[in-house]
Amino acid sequence: MTTTMPPSPVPRLVDQFERGLDAPICLTWELTYACNLSCVHCLSSSGKRDPRELTTRQCKDVIDELERMQVFYVNIGGGEPTVRSDFWELVDYATEHHVGVKFSTNGVRIDEKVAAKLAASDYVDVQISLDGATAEVNDAVRGPGSFAMAIRALENLSAAGFRDAKISVVVTRHNVGQLDEFKALADRYGATLRITRLRPSGRGADVWDELHPTAAQQVALYDWLVARGDGILTGDSFFHLSGLGQPGALAGLNLCGAGRVVCLIDPVGDVYACPFAIHDRFLAGNILSDSGFQNVWQNSALFRELREPQSAGACGSCEHYDGCRGGCMAAKFFTGLPMDGPDPECVQGYGEPALAAERRIPKSSVDHSRAIPLTVISRRPRRMCDDNPLTTGGVR
Amino acid sequence: MVASPQPTADAQAFDPDVRWRLHPQVAVRPEPFGALLYHFGTRKLSFLKNTTIVAVVTSLTDHPDVRSALRAAGVDDAGLAPYLHALGVLATSTMLVREENP
Repeated sequence: MTTTMPPSPVPRLVDQFERGLDAPICLTWELTYACNLSCVHCLSSSGKRDPRELTTRQCKDVIDELERMQVFYVNIGGGEPTVRSDFWELVDYATEHHVGVKFSTNGVRIDEKVAAKLAASDYVDVQISLDGATAEVNDAVRGPGSFAMAIRALENLSAAGFRDAKISVVVTRHNVGQLDEFKALADRYGATLRITRLRPSGRGADVWDELHPTAAQQVALYDWLVARGDGILTGDSFFHLSGLGQPGALAGLNLCGAGRVVCLIDPVGDVYACPFAIHDRFLAGNILSDSGFQNVWQNSALFRELREPQSAGACGSCEHYDGCRGGCMAAKFFTGLPMDGPDPECVQGYGEPALAAERRIPKSSVDHSRAIPLTVISRRPRRMCDDNPLTTGGVR
Repeated sequence: MVASPQPTADAQAFDPDVRWRLHPQVAVRPEPFGALLYHFGTRKLSFLKNTTIVAVVTSLTDHPDVRSALRAAGVDDAGLAPYLHALGVLATSTMLVREENP
């Protein structure tokens, strides 16, 4: 979004947002932890369904509440949300109740029939995840066959006349050089390119060191955004780069919106400060046990704390603080850096010594990853009473 | 006073001497600073950054043209330009549409 400065002494929008709004602007709602893929950087460590996931009725109650709060649209994700058997029922219910839907999918259920149905709706937006402009780069992160699946979904949407699907790319060390190719791919399917920042959240914590763009790549990314970013969506997620140029050169709101203008409702109704912060430290409450979403949003101790002026801490003396405001809370937390210090990818280079210093990476508190497939041990037990095969092999 | 996404190409020219109204698919959410506008058709969000512009936008249908809506909201001629600009931006993104048959 672009902004024009107000003529009267109205506080800047960014200052207004810092104090929080009566309802979120952008709400992410993950409907299930179940997923057919197991992407190495999954920010919600998805894989298996959680038995406590909200029922259809409970989901509709959430939608009713969002309608009352005038939350105009939700970003539905997961897991893979379309694998819920009531997914389309919930999408229809939301749009009938003035809550627009944008859902993120790996494309698994977007066949010709579904694409035709989506093309007929004015209120549903589809975002296909793709983390490489080629199968080789994409599948290394998202798993074998996932590139073909996403492209098939884009083809089906395009053939059905669905306009302006989104192609959503998490920028990594391996695909940052493919930005022009991603753009060409989006153009081919009449889609819009959306690129966002890789966070060390969920399983992302395990691969962040190898996957996050290098300092030189961050500069190239910034230059690409300034030169070619018109019409590219970013979720305003690259505000940590704003110190690389003139203030305002990077379009969007340069502010962490966690608990102020954004939040996450997870599949079991837990409310977190942002989609990249699924951890007890950022858990504001639960919509079932804390009297609904509105109460959590407006009154939770965590969100009230996040809406207070934040300390600039170690960044206080940096001339770029006004541009990046210390960067991403989740990126700092999950790399074990102090919350009032530089972002791990600080473009002034303050992140690197912080990463090199002693730090403790927090253990994830929510994990729905599927177990690593077990290998069947075919060896016979050495003695009949050895029913535990682990005691039979190897050194004794 | 208005923060808005890129305008669409097929924008209507903004004429403040006729009647305009909010697009029927646009919802207004009051906020402490002004209001949020959301267009369910284009899925675009705009921010009205003060309460005067909110009053103008939500009262457009009560007036035969934009200039009288502005006068009624207390905007004097000297302060007109930024408001006309802001309303023009909203028209460009089809948040506002011409009222053809008042």
